[in-house]
This record gives sequence, structure tokens and C-alpha cells, in this order.
Amino acid sequence: MSRIVVHGLEKSYGDARVLERVNITAEPGEFLSLVGASGCGKSTFLRILLGQEQQSGGVVVVGDQPIVPEPTPQRGIVFQRYSVFPHLTALQNLLLVEDFRSGGPFGRVFGARRRSARQEAETMLERVGLAHARHLYPASLSGGMQQRLAIAQTLLGRPQILLLDEPFGALDPGIRVEMHELLTELWTEHGMTVVMVTHDIGEAFKLGTRVLVFDKVRHDPQFPSAYGATITYDLKLDRKSRASARDVAEVAAMVGTTRLDSAIATTAS
Amino acid sequence: MLARGTGIMQAGVGPEVARLQLSRPKARLRLINATVSRGGALLLGTLPFAAVAIAYLFASAQRLAVNPSDKLLPSPAQMWSAFFDLATVPDKRSGDLILWADTYASLVRLFAGVGMATLGALCLGVAIGFIPRVRAFLLPFATVVCVIPPLALLPILFIALGLGETAKITLIAIGVAPVMVRDIANRVMELPPELIAKAQTLGGNSWTMVLRLVLPQVMPRLITCVRLALGPAWLFLIAAEAIASTEGLGYRIFLVRRYLSMDVILPYVAWITLLAVTTDWLLVRLSHIISPWAHPVQNR
Ligand SMILES: Nc1ncnc2c1ncn2[C@@H]1O[C@H](COP(=O)(O)OP(=O)(O)OP(=O)(O)O)[C@@H](O)[C@H]1O
Ligand SMILES: [Mg+2]
Repeated sequence: MSRIVVHGLEKSYGDARVLERVNITAEPGEFLSLVGASGCGKSTFLRILLGQEQQSGGVVVVGDQPIVPEPTPQRGIVFQRYSVFPHLTALQNLLLVEDFRSGGPFGRVFGARRRSARQEAETMLERVGLAHARHLYPASLSGGMQQRLAIAQTLLGRPQILLLDEPFGALDPGIRVEMHELLTELWTEHGMTVVMVTHDIGEAFKLGTRVLVFDKVRHDPQFPSAYGATITYDLKLDRKSRASARDVAEVAAMVGTTRLDSAIATTAS
Repeated sequence: MLARGTGIMQAGVGPEVARLQLSRPKARLRLINATVSRGGALLLGTLPFAAVAIAYLFASAQRLAVNPSDKLLPSPAQMWSAFFDLATVPDKRSGDLILWADTYASLVRLFAGVGMATLGALCLGVAIGFIPRVRAFLLPFATVVCVIPPLALLPILFIALGLGETAKITLIAIGVAPVMVRDIANRVMELPPELIAKAQTLGGNSWTMVLRLVLPQVMPRLITCVRLALGPAWLFLIAAEAIASTEGLGYRIFLVRRYLSMDVILPYVAWITLLAVTTDWLLVRLSHIISPWAHPVQNR
């Protein structure tokens, strides 16, 4: 598994600066939770890590190479929406991974390869509790089922780095807790580095081994978009004691969340 | 609502509830919410057809009563016998069954033209929509070509390609292709960037993504494009056949126009309509078979 080094990262859209002076070093197997106010550039940061967008300045190194400026199998992603292929059933969505990886010019594996891919896909479906839905199209799956499928699909790609952009943002609280357990299990098992953006402070502390806050430190009242967000808070969590309520309150204040009680409750659970 | 309901329950007034239930249908809904039952829809849908048919029968009967040899509005019996002759009695000169020979000639031209246009539009549209370099190269050109009126090209085609089949098929193809190219390209550009990024993280390259992501996703739109293109395609077909042809549905209509043979023209128009409706229905079925995911409700 690879370490991620982000140094002096900057991103502007025209005159509007979104990110500036972002420096992070993440060790292999770390679970980074990214929080911050809406519109401060968390998704932008994730898209840069993915290679879907290019930074305006600075470097991103994964392993010992600067990242290729396009998405590759090295980095997997789960978005909040549009994360599975609507024209494929649950099972076909998972088979697609092997089809793309070693299907050659047809984009499809055949024979024994297909049988073993199917076996693997079935096992994964079982794992995420979707075995009964294997022949359904995503349109007839619930939001939680679609996200489980998306996570399963991404993990079958065996990425070194897993990027998650508010993966559970659209799910209700009960399903969220289930998804947290699933994600923690899979992360422990595969040991990849995870970078997760979330709006839920409790979720950030519960899942992450490290919590990072994106915020603006410099403000220009005449021209609000003159300065971008950077990392204003970086807390490594001890696996055993986890976070104190004070830490959670501090981060919640920085992000300006109104649901502090629920955040602390989630963390304590 | 709830409070009133429980009130009735507590008083134990059974008939009251029954009466309230009976009075429910009287509620006046907004026009947009008043739905139509299946039978009602069938009845309403039939009405315009029936109205046209009755108006025609009435006018035709009146004219024929005044002048039995009137050719403008022939009676259904006259039309049927003319149509039946064309379908079953071999032509004296060529020995063909004229209706079937015309239908075959026209459908071959139509499907060849639309088929070529579809294939070309799919390839070009996907390339333009998916590959930025091709888009920069061809999109401005396709946009300009789209606004050329194809019928204005017809003389050029006849001069360049002669009066044979090639010119007619080409007219149909270039008449419908540009719009299809743009539509397909737009559909490809509308694909969520998230899906394309995801496919790349799973190891897709440009070609395999075309095969496994882009083509399946544009298929429903392609079929819709073909359905919409068939209207103009018939127009170009009939125009080309009217000008230079020796057989075909359009040719026949314009030929018998000289003799005011409404008893042939009207059944031919109905026949063309039937062919068009059948093709359209087949394309809808095809879309359901190829892309079941795009038709979730009917798929139940
Ligand atoms: N393609 C783009 N062109 C111009 N501006 C953009 C573009 N993408 C994002 N932005 C701007 O960058 C800023 C950060 O957007 P981003 O989506 O990264 O925020 P975010 O932190 O993920 O917000 P949220 O928490 O609401 O998802 C926003 O102000 C947005 O307007
Ligand atoms: Mg975002």
C-alpha cells in the first residue's frame, strides 16, 4: 500500500481560488476523514487525488511517483451519486471490474476466467448483503443498496487508495451505521489507505484514524474568492481511546455544525 | 382529517362512513389530476379517428349522390377495389403485383438510407461526444451541415450520382444523419463524469469504455433518434421518388395524381401510414429488448 504526499497544493477556477497551501502526508493504511464547510473545496481535493481534475500548483505523490493526471486503477472512488452503472445489474456491475481489468479489446472475459470472476463477484455480493438482488438493475435498488454495490465494485478493483465523497450522505441513520460497520470491516481486511469526505462530524471521528478540517484562514472582504481553503486542523486519533468530546466539539465549531449533540453521540457509540 | 375519522369511528356510525365514501368521487379534481380509466382512454383515443371517418363518409356520399362519376372523394368500396387490384392483379406491362413491388422498392430505399445514417451517426456521434480531439475537429462542421436543407441538395445528388438508387438512398441518409450525429454526441457528453471516472478507476481504456459504457448508454437514445428520423426519411423518400423513379410508393402516388385517382392515392397514404406506425412499434419493442434497464415500468 502506498503513502500519499500532497505538497503546496493549489487549485483555482479562473479568478476564484478554491484551495491553497494544502500539505498532507498520509501513511499507508491510514483512514483520513475530511470535513469542512459546504463549498470549501473538499470534493475538488478528492477529484484532484483521483486525477479527474488537475491542480493549479503543487504536487501530489502516491508511492514514489507524482500521480498520473487521469483516473487509474491505483485509486478507487465512491461518489455520493452516479456510482454504479445503471445499464448493468448488480452482478454485471461487479463482473465489469474483471471485464475491464483483463477483458482485452472486447472488454469482456470468457470461459474459466469468467467463471472465476463470477465466483468472486457472487462472494462479494454475499459479503455486502446483496445476493438476493443480483439480477436487479440499480434503478430498482434503494439508496443504501446502491452504495453498498458501489463500495463492493470499487473494492473488487483492489485500489491502493480508496476515495469516498460523502458516500453515506443520502442514507438514513440506521443504514448508515450498517454501512460504517461494513466499511470498517473491509478496510481492516484490505488495509488500503482511505480518504473520506463527510459532512457528519460523528462519522468522521468514528471511522477515521485522522480527522482533517478544510477552512479559509485568510479573508478578503472585497473579494471573497481571493483566498482558498487549506488544512486548519489535523488530529491523529488513538485507535484505543478514540476522540474526546472536546475534540469533537472543537471540530464541530470549526465546521459550524448545528448537530453537535448527535455528533458526540455517534462518536461515543 | 384524522380527528374527524376517529370521531366517526367512536360514534360507531357505519352508514355515515358508507355515505361519505360514496360522496368521494364527486370531489372536483384539478384538470391535471383527473385521470382517465383504460376504457375511457380507449374511447377518447378512438374519437378523432371516428370523427374523420364519419366526416369523410358523409362528404363522399353527398358528392357521389350529385355526380356518381366524381373522382375527388371516392367511396370506401371504390378505394378497396382499386387497392385490392393493385395488390393482387399483375400489371399488364411488367407482370408485377404493383403494391408489393412499390412497397419493396420503397422500404429497401428507406431502410438502406436510415440504416446507413444510423450506423454513421452512431460512430461519429460517439467519437465526437467521447474524444475531445475529434470533437474539436468535427463538431463545428457537423453543426453547420445540420442547417443545410437536404432537399436543396437533391439536384446536386441527381447530377452527381445519376438518377438511380444511390442518389435516393444518399438523400435519405444525409437528410437524417446530421441531426442524429448531434443528438448522439450530446447524449454522450451528458454521461455523468462520475461514471466515466469510475470506469477508468476500474481499468477501462477509451475503447473498452466505448464498448461497455458509452454504447449501452446511448442505445435507447439511438433508437429514439431512429424513430424521430423516420418521419423526415419518408419525406425525402417520397420527394426523391416523385422526381426520378419507375417504382415506389411515392412514385405511384405522383403518377396517378395526373388521372386524379384519389381511389389509389388515399389507400396508398393509409398504407404508408400503416408501414410507418408498424416500424415505430417495432423500434419501441427493440428498445425494450436491448435496453430493459431504460424502461423500468414496462419491464415489471
Ligand atoms: N468546475 C468548476 N468550475 C468553477 N468552480 C468550481 C468548479 N467546481 C467547483 N467549483 C467551486 O469550487 C468550490 C468548491 O467546490 P467543492 O465541490 O469542492 O466543495 P465541497 O467542499 O465539496 O462542498 P460540499 O460540501 O457542498 O460538497 C465551490 O465554490 C465551487 O463553486
Ligand atoms: Mg462535495
